[in-house]
Amino acid sequence: MSTSVASIRQTAGKGAARAASRSRGLGAARRPGWVTYTLLIVFLLASAYPIYYSVLLASSDSATIAQNPVPSLVPGPNLVDNLHRVLSSDIGFWHAVLNSLIVSVITSISVVFFATLAGYAFAKLRFRGRRGLLVFIIATMAVPTQLGVVPLFIVMARLGWTGTLTAVIVPGMVTAFGVFWMTQYLEAALPYELIEAARVDGCSMFRSFWHVALPAARPAAAMLTLFTFVASWTNFFWPFVVLGSSNPTLPVALQLLQASYFKDYALIMAGVVAATIPLVLLFVVAGKQLVSGIMQGAVKG
Amino acid sequence: MATTAATPTPTRTRPTSAPSRRTRLRNLRGRLDVKLSPYLYISPFFILFAIVGLFPLGYTLFVSLHEWHLIGGQGDFIGLGNYVDVLNQPRFYTALRNTFSIFLLSSVPQVIAAIIIAAVLDANLRAKTFWRMGVLLPYVVAPVAAALIFSRLFADQSGLINALLGDIGIDPIRWHSDPLASHVAIASMVNFRWTGYNALIFLAAMQAIPRDLYEAAVIDGASRVRQFFSVTVPLLRPTIIFVVITSTIGGLQIFDEPRMYDQFGLGGADRQWMTVTMYLYELGWGAQKSFGRAAAVAWILFLVIVAVGLINFSITRRIASSGEVRKKGGAR
Repeated sequence: MSTSVASIRQTAGKGAARAASRSRGLGAARRPGWVTYTLLIVFLLASAYPIYYSVLLASSDSATIAQNPVPSLVPGPNLVDNLHRVLSSDIGFWHAVLNSLIVSVITSISVVFFATLAGYAFAKLRFRGRRGLLVFIIATMAVPTQLGVVPLFIVMARLGWTGTLTAVIVPGMVTAFGVFWMTQYLEAALPYELIEAARVDGCSMFRSFWHVALPAARPAAAMLTLFTFVASWTNFFWPFVVLGSSNPTLPVALQLLQASYFKDYALIMAGVVAATIPLVLLFVVAGKQLVSGIMQGAVKG
Repeated sequence: MATTAATPTPTRTRPTSAPSRRTRLRNLRGRLDVKLSPYLYISPFFILFAIVGLFPLGYTLFVSLHEWHLIGGQGDFIGLGNYVDVLNQPRFYTALRNTFSIFLLSSVPQVIAAIIIAAVLDANLRAKTFWRMGVLLPYVVAPVAAALIFSRLFADQSGLINALLGDIGIDPIRWHSDPLASHVAIASMVNFRWTGYNALIFLAAMQAIPRDLYEAAVIDGASRVRQFFSVTVPLLRPTIIFVVITSTIGGLQIFDEPRMYDQFGLGGADRQWMTVTMYLYELGWGAQKSFGRAAAVAWILFLVIVAVGLINFSITRRIASSGEVRKKGGAR
């Protein structure tokens, strides 16, 4: 293979050699030039600067912000002070942090459990209508459910759940994406022999799920946890509609902060920083998993 | 669930009492377990989707045909009255225009940029993981937080963007009063968060393209740019369709970013950046508290999304297949 390509390399048109070296089969592939890295660095700076900008403003004060549209690249001295002001402000920021944690943790655990259960059934169990039901679930991903907000609110009001975290947690307890994701993974990762062995040993269906499928699903379950956690941590529309100002999650608290302190940009940005830090830390620890999760999902989807 | 899990236990502890009957019972339970368990396992999704997805969408239609107040509840049946009301409001058309404008400004550049970034990431880079993680960083910033950051970056007075524009001799842009400028600012928040995410999706699809296709293109003397347009883009077609469809569904419902673009959350003095979902919220939970009209808007938007989704699908298909024609031309 490599010799035939090499001989062609000499005879073919202009970009041939460069392009051939691009293909991965050829072992010693060429490293890309500075244009590639420059493009990447520019894109990365554009991605990271807005986040850093929020830290810069959060460590400043409103007078300085008003005077200097372009903040200095070194953070100011007031970050701790501003964070303290946000956390002790009258919008109950700590309360919001706690609420966001509760919602995100419960939602993630629930989605992973129910999605793995359903994914196991779709991937490894035989039952009537399996194919059709799976296609239906995938199709529901295209349904703009946000548009059902009015009746959903009416239902929640009937149940007396408006203003409570239950109203935010329950609608997100299992997602079509999660079921699809776990089905895909378990189809490939869980051998039938393991399930059969468990069944022969006298395990009930649920026990063989619990002891065989659940452990096998761990890597995919970890990724699903991450995505669900990020999604529910950053979710705004429905919590904003159903929770109200007395019992906010973090994004709702940020809205309240903006509404009541819109002139104090150092304070608002401190709120932004406080709400973003947990996910940035999560990203530092598990960003690699997020990247490979997105890439795996793309190939399969 | 607990009963099925416990089935084997009684037969094991008391096997002698009535073997044949017990065995038969056990077999029956076992068979039921095998038959019913799959449905039991997939039922949580269907139950939940029925309650929080399907039912609300259908019930939205019912609500939209009635007088319905946020607190007062259901009133008289008024047929299409709410739809007529909504469609007679100039504000509805403003909202529709804004939504489409923001959607186009965010989806088109985003898909193009994401494909370019993906192509760059697909090169044989040093420190691959670092670059891939780097482009994904904005994904962990909540839309609300991004909106607060960008509304400051795009502030009319003493904003960073206007200051930089001033340095190169451009007059300050009225980011918060000019409709198009405000749409650009809001679209940039969306692009900030999703371009890197979509680039990774495209990257994965690019890596799935068989390398011998590129070798064949090389033999035909295709340059790298030519390879990109004649091999990469056509083969990305399913992925492009996927990304475009998902960004249509999300993009036309956009709420967080425009809602947080200023502290009032009404979409500006002339509603110049109010989107359809913001309008829905304002009708239902604002001064009017009319759930009927809000539901009518929801249904209209639903139909719009379906229509745009179909149009998008056919356009993307055509673009990608014309790429394929080019590829065939290149093979000659």
